[in-house]
Amino acid sequence: MHMDADERTVRAVDTHCPYCALQCGMTLTRERDDTVTVAPRGGGLCQKGWTSPELLAHPDRITTPLVGGRPTGWTAALDLVAGRIRALQAEYGPGAVAVFGGGGLTNEKAYLLGKFARVALRTPNIDYNGRFCMSSAAAAGLRAFGVDRGMPFPASDLAEADTVLLAGANPAETMPPFMRHLAGKRLIVVDPRATATARQAHLHLRTAPGTDLALANGILHIAAERGHLDRAYIDGRTTGFAELAATVAGYWPARVERITGVAAADLYRAADLLAGGRRVILTARGAEQHAKGVDTVSAWINLALALGLPGRESSGFGTLTGQGNGQGGREHGQKADQLPGYRRIDDPVAREHVAGVWGVDPATLPGPGPSAVELLGMLGDEIKALLVFGSNPAVSAPRSLGVHERLSALDLLVVCDFLPSETARFADVVLPVTQWAEEEGTMTDLEGKVIRRRALRPPPVGVRSDLEVLSGLATRLGLTEGFDPLPGRVFEELRRASRGGTADYHGITYERLDAGRRLHWPCPDTDHDGTPRLFTDGRFHTPDGKARFIPVEHHGPAEPRDGEYPLYLTTGRVLTQYQSGAQTRRSSLPGEPFLQLHPDTAARHGITDGAPVLVTSRRGQFTAPARLDDTMRADTVFAPFHWPGANNAVNDALDPISRMPEFKVCAVRIRPHEETP
Amino acid sequence: MKVVIAGYGMAGARLARELGRHGVQVTVLGAETEPAYNRVLLPGLLAGTHAEEDLRLPAPPAHVELRLGEPVTTIDREAKRVNGIAYDALVLATGAEAALPPIPGLDRHSPRATVFRSLADCRAILDATDGPGVPRRRRALVLGGGLLGLEAARGLAGRGLDVTVVHAAGHLMERQLDTVAGDLLARTLSGLGVTVLTNVDVKAVEETTEGVRLRFGDGGHADGDLLVVSCGVRPRTALAEAAGLAVGRGVVIDERCATGDPDIYAIGDCAEFEGRNLGLVAPAWEQAEVVARNLTGTPAVYRGVRPVTRLKAGGIDLAAMGSLDGEEVVSFADPARGTYVRLVIDADRLAGAVLLGDNPTTGQVTQLFDHDDPVPADRRSLLLGRAFGEPPAAATPAAQPDDAVVCRCNTVHKGTLVRAYAKGSRTPAELSRATLAATGCGGCAGDVAAICGWLRETAKAPELTEVAA
Repeated sequence: MHMDADERTVRAVDTHCPYCALQCGMTLTRERDDTVTVAPRGGGLCQKGWTSPELLAHPDRITTPLVGGRPTGWTAALDLVAGRIRALQAEYGPGAVAVFGGGGLTNEKAYLLGKFARVALRTPNIDYNGRFCMSSAAAAGLRAFGVDRGMPFPASDLAEADTVLLAGANPAETMPPFMRHLAGKRLIVVDPRATATARQAHLHLRTAPGTDLALANGILHIAAERGHLDRAYIDGRTTGFAELAATVAGYWPARVERITGVAAADLYRAADLLAGGRRVILTARGAEQHAKGVDTVSAWINLALALGLPGRESSGFGTLTGQGNGQGGREHGQKADQLPGYRRIDDPVAREHVAGVWGVDPATLPGPGPSAVELLGMLGDEIKALLVFGSNPAVSAPRSLGVHERLSALDLLVVCDFLPSETARFADVVLPVTQWAEEEGTMTDLEGKVIRRRALRPPPVGVRSDLEVLSGLATRLGLTEGFDPLPGRVFEELRRASRGGTADYHGITYERLDAGRRLHWPCPDTDHDGTPRLFTDGRFHTPDGKARFIPVEHHGPAEPRDGEYPLYLTTGRVLTQYQSGAQTRRSSLPGEPFLQLHPDTAARHGITDGAPVLVTSRRGQFTAPARLDDTMRADTVFAPFHWPGANNAVNDALDPISRMPEFKVCAVRIRPHEETP
Repeated sequence: MKVVIAGYGMAGARLARELGRHGVQVTVLGAETEPAYNRVLLPGLLAGTHAEEDLRLPAPPAHVELRLGEPVTTIDREAKRVNGIAYDALVLATGAEAALPPIPGLDRHSPRATVFRSLADCRAILDATDGPGVPRRRRALVLGGGLLGLEAARGLAGRGLDVTVVHAAGHLMERQLDTVAGDLLARTLSGLGVTVLTNVDVKAVEETTEGVRLRFGDGGHADGDLLVVSCGVRPRTALAEAAGLAVGRGVVIDERCATGDPDIYAIGDCAEFEGRNLGLVAPAWEQAEVVARNLTGTPAVYRGVRPVTRLKAGGIDLAAMGSLDGEEVVSFADPARGTYVRLVIDADRLAGAVLLGDNPTTGQVTQLFDHDDPVPADRRSLLLGRAFGEPPAAATPAAQPDDAVVCRCNTVHKGTLVRAYAKGSRTPAELSRATLAATGCGGCAGDVAAICGWLRETAKAPELTEVAA
């Protein structure tokens, strides 16, 4: 029997890396000794991709449901969860149960999760960790272009670009193979730190944390002064320039220099480098994870539009999506205000369409729910139970200590994961789920291209897919139909649900993808070639077809540094780790937490290289060894967020539009950490 | 809450917009008929780098009543009315006006002489140089070598005029610069078509048939087709004085930006805080912000802004701040390239600085001064900056230590490549396969090839075999 099973097993599959949104193609091979090896397919792989199979048979892998920490059978575990959900909803109403999803989930999972919340739980309380990631860029893209697709053109178009400006992006660490697209470009990098990416730049603009918006306005001011604007494009393809110009008039070089710390001469250099040729402006989390993240992205979009870039050949504006399915994960309904196909949940037409596909009365669909940070803040109060899929908010949410308290206050916490994440440690029930090499599905990469994830081998005994979990729970909640656990069937339904929406997947099928088609959404029909490049017809997805300038003003950080907390803390990623580190910290990848700071700052606080530092903010503290670096600004320290700790200190002030927390700047103080005996 | 703002310059316009955004009922009375414009950019208008529409400031929300061309004439504090309009709060943002020095022959109505303060002044200067029906003028005199005078001079020179700056003190911008910087600035200007005369005592201004002549105390003179007068400004305080408010150089305000009358505030160039009237935009906008917050229920205080003087216009790059005298001085001069830096440090803080020419650290120094942050232990970094964009010169493969990381994407050390070579990977492709080097971003492919070449060249095989074993 076993031999037969083995012979039926696929020996090698073409799939994609489980980590970031670049989704590097990889071939997985199951060797005779049952180990799994990786080879890049075409492009590159960084060490995260190379080491990804290590977690398939990791000793920490969870292979049986845990209830109160004790191994339990699936039937008993699902019965228990469904029973508790019923009881809590009966007592407190449908909204007492909430769902927290993730940007690494496949399209099928993200879709079914949103449906599960709205149809099976009838709760408005669903959001996901992409709120911490792409929400600011998404909101800014929507209000300028009427559509949010991270990169509205294939990354390979960058090969033809002459100049690329990266605002708050550090792909040399976060998605190294992306740097292949930037080789030989005139690179302008905006970053408070001399990152690995900034060190490769033609021009590094070392801003004070939280001042990118002023910088972008300032470059636009100079571009106007120098005659670099594309007036014909502005007149023909945009609206709102007069008001923008009036706002930008207030950002003369000397003022911007004072706000940003970037020498006026460098502002002129940047404007001149952006003056001609094929130019691309890309933002990432450094610009976006602020309480003014949406406005900051709008400032960069304004610059791109005024230079006439979006929709032009090998030019444009984009944002570098972070998580593996950060794009698809924000399109199909696990976001608080959203229905599949990038539809709005408060749009009656959208509700009618999606309710029709789901076979329910539109009136039964809940309305918009709270955003991630707000949802986490409701745990233990209005929300009594939380189901977590593909996320580790105990580490990744801002003001983590408060989140820990909230998680502890729940009546029921269910975590679906394949490793015992920090969040799983708070869980009443842990349900073990599949890893990428054990499942089928689709992801949507950073350029809006839908790609296949393929199973190399079946999951270990005792492990089920997230879709099976949702299906099992839905059945127990009385829904015998509509929660098929097979990814192919879920995708067929997703196609119909997304049909006619902004992110229209209707023309995308597993068959077409398996036949090697490269399909970018929107792809309305199966004879459609997809849309690799948006806006090339000169029209944007706004009602009048024109892109909108959104005038934006600089404001300082939500929490300015002061005498008590005299330094800024900024956070980010390192090459060898991914997200909350639940996976990469367990593999052979190198890396340890650290606090990067200028030697002068260290010396003033009596801190030596390698010594442990206690970092304290108004919200919490953490300890990390000092890493001295004389390229740091003396007023700023940096900590990677892959380890529990850094987010204890981070500010949970939110952007008024995207509800993005201010991960990138908060006020802290530091001192040498003395071990208490 | 009904707020009346007296004045629609940069401070008044900013406040009107902020209050309007909060839904406050606001009436603005402006002496000029112009929509609000950015005075900082007037030199750009003179230079031709900016057009008038580029100077426009954002309009306040529609419900804000703008009464332009209607200067405030009376304030009745008893009845809380201004020009007959009732107010709950009145904000004086009346600005400042150009001062005319008491020189015989110089008067405000001379067709040949213009001050440089407003958009109207700027238009007058442009008309005088290039206006319709006016013979094209080629020579301009600028009286006053302060910041504004030099901006005007630079702008006019940029239009191709021969410009002579006539300055009373021993060097330019004597309140902000030391002699070295002032003299170097004069040299920089002369390269841009601006002649600078210092230590000049102007005795009289004479209009001639060709233009205008400045007569000097030493018997000399200078001729021009037009004269721009830039000899400082005077805060407009007459209204406040008439209303019985305390006035020093400007209208005296407290940290709430209120005058002695708790319902009357003053902001911008007409205001004086802690004995100082700066006449700069940064404090004016800060004060507008503070008043907006105080009138919308989120109290704020104004703590003062340290003045920084900045001149950045085609070919000139100058920043000056604070006091230039002190014990610890760090300086650098490269007169050939017009570069000069003088930093004065007191108790590890920047007491003052002047930076002239192409200095990469202007932004950094300005922020240190602004925030009163400690200066770097290595002071040189404030002079020379740091070439962040330049990757460190790559060591030759031979010189690299074994633990040097060659491939960051896959953390491959030189030693790992050396051992892989010894074990039989003899081409760059084989080395990549064996070590994963250059399989990520590909940026180190050249380095891997170089190490491979070096290993082959130096034929270190026996030694390497040993290492591998």
